[in-house]
Amino acid sequence: MSGKDNGYLDMELLRFTTAGSVDDGKSTLIGRLLYDSKAIFEDQMEALEQASISRGGEEVNLALLTDGLRAEREQGITIDVAYRYFATPKRKFIIADTPGHIQYTRNMVTGASTSNAAVILIDARNGVIEQTRRHAYIAALLNIPHVLVCVNKMDLVDFSQEVFERIKADFIQVAGRLGNQDLHFLPISAKLGDNVVDESTNMTWYTGLTFLGLLEALPVGEDWNLNDPRFPVQYVIRPISDEYHDYRGYAGRVASGVFRVGQEVVVLPGGQKTTVEAIDFAGESLEYAFPPQSVTLRLTDEIDVSRGSMIVDAINQPQQSQEIDLMVCWLSEKPLVLRGKYQLKHNSNELRCIVTEVKYKVNINTTEEIHDDLSVGLNEIAQITIKTTKPLFFDPYKKNRDTGSLILIDEATNNVVGAGMIL
Amino acid sequence: MEHYKINHLRELEAESIFVIREVVAQFEKPVMLFSGGKDSIVMFHLARKAFHPLKVPFPLMHIDTGHNFEETIKYRDDLAEKTGTRLIVKYVQDSINEGRAVEEKGLNASRNVLQTVTLLDAIEEMKFDCAMGGGRRDEEKARAKERFFSHRDEFGQWDPKNQRPELWNLFCGAKHMGEHFRVFPISNWTEMDVWQYILMENIEMPSLYFTHKREVFCRDGAWMACAPFMQLKPNEKAEVRDVRCRTIGDITCTGVTLSKADTLEEIIQEVAASRVTERGGRADDKRSEAAMEDRKREGYF
Repeated sequence: MSGKDNGYLDMELLRFTTAGSVDDGKSTLIGRLLYDSKAIFEDQMEALEQASISRGGEEVNLALLTDGLRAEREQGITIDVAYRYFATPKRKFIIADTPGHIQYTRNMVTGASTSNAAVILIDARNGVIEQTRRHAYIAALLNIPHVLVCVNKMDLVDFSQEVFERIKADFIQVAGRLGNQDLHFLPISAKLGDNVVDESTNMTWYTGLTFLGLLEALPVGEDWNLNDPRFPVQYVIRPISDEYHDYRGYAGRVASGVFRVGQEVVVLPGGQKTTVEAIDFAGESLEYAFPPQSVTLRLTDEIDVSRGSMIVDAINQPQQSQEIDLMVCWLSEKPLVLRGKYQLKHNSNELRCIVTEVKYKVNINTTEEIHDDLSVGLNEIAQITIKTTKPLFFDPYKKNRDTGSLILIDEATNNVVGAGMIL
Repeated sequence: MEHYKINHLRELEAESIFVIREVVAQFEKPVMLFSGGKDSIVMFHLARKAFHPLKVPFPLMHIDTGHNFEETIKYRDDLAEKTGTRLIVKYVQDSINEGRAVEEKGLNASRNVLQTVTLLDAIEEMKFDCAMGGGRRDEEKARAKERFFSHRDEFGQWDPKNQRPELWNLFCGAKHMGEHFRVFPISNWTEMDVWQYILMENIEMPSLYFTHKREVFCRDGAWMACAPFMQLKPNEKAEVRDVRCRTIGDITCTGVTLSKADTLEEIIQEVAASRVTERGGRADDKRSEAAMEDRKREGYF
């Protein structure tokens, strides 16, 4: 029997992030998902039982599965992004498990940055609270294509449809103002397993998919931008051997759009026009390449291309500017310095910039703009303007997560201090 | 008709190749750690694909505990020669001889922890600024929070509470003198992904991974291979069984599994049906609940 017959080789990959605090039962939900989908191995289960008992718990605490580091286990909270993996015959899943406390906005933003879907947990007893708005805001800001709102602890509100519908209406009111993402609502009980992997017998009024069913059904293939051909050059391949004497290949990953052999392209920043001569991948010749493939492009003309260059479609080109407006999430305890200089990383390009203006700060609990206090500290989100040493080639983040995102790096400490989404 | 979808293995492959290319672009003197285990074999395969038709533009380095399966060493040397890759071997025995490391005592003595000393010394001596490793986040809880680009201070240590945020595909390798990075290109792969990929790409594997007859003994519920430097307790007895390795590391802490799987397909079936994680057979993780985290802080792989 071949691997293909198992169905295992034709799986898709879905990355999702979970937001919610310990109290919402987020870790329990993930634990339940791994447990019911049989992704927990016996030795992990044994270690888990031991850990639960030594902490005085009577039942196996599924939340302990996801709390990785010693410090966290001792404090009983998740403090960093942890990645989990499981698979069903249809899909492989990567979970970016992030804590939901206000002080950990930076972790949520990190987890959200690579996700196709965001799972937002709401405690059915509390409904839409400040924290829910914060999570919805971050999911919209990071432009996560799909949002799954899980109303948890339905067992504690007698599996009431009325409670569920009210929370759903409240959430739609909040999210409606934020963006137009693909929204889904599910009533669940992570602790008991209702609608997580198995359909609930307590909520027959709910006819939608279970949590896992939905994760398997989300149309992830449609999340890539196939319209705007952008190829940031990572590395130039020039073998010094007789066999490949004239070989000059540009290695990189297709950020968006489709590249075809024969396509007219332009190399930025120079602006020279040429055509794609070949698309190579480890000895194979491809007719076309699309995101997220890592390939090597060869061009018809010999022009100056190096790391930091971007190969783009000749007609459909990105914007370019040295003055850029962006939303920034601040990741460092050292506050943003107005007029301060930072190292900037955007695709394979590294340059310097200066923050010229803080336009406003966002109250992430109410999503209102703050104009009277413009200091930007850890976990705060603001709209700023930067001026760069060289022109940046970009698309708005809402259109292109790859060419629209950047990070700011502190020049003294080398720490990543800001996550930017270009407007 | 054109279609724009790739399966999960191709997506993981594309991500890992992206990461390996970033390493070569961002660091001056990178090295790839190679143990002869399946993860490092896959990682090296990805590196070759990343730079084709160029030879892999960095050396491989093996931290040799001296407690190896012979097959591993042969496979390693053949691979380096066949692909024209420079191979560096550093011996834990040398660190012990120089008094830099002290051999553990007792029945469960292992040189696994001592590898850290040899590794850090080698990085310093050869001035590597980045060491790529085949660690995967699904292996163990402490690894779940590891970054692709993991910063190490001048003592080679990992500070889990002070990790740099890693967003989108923007990996930041900026560092001060004396510091280095560990990079894990196959962070997002699971054991199953690794095997499926080996099958899809038809990668030649060391024979140890397939069923073979071997003299083994059972300790604390795990099967271990017999070797001259392994001491048996009075109640343990050596016997010949059909076994295969699920991971390959230092013999003293690598368990073997009773198995008759002799094709990649059968291994995949076995992994799919398995109820014990592959590290479940590794004695080094069982030492305490936070064993891996402690070793990582000190600069382990």
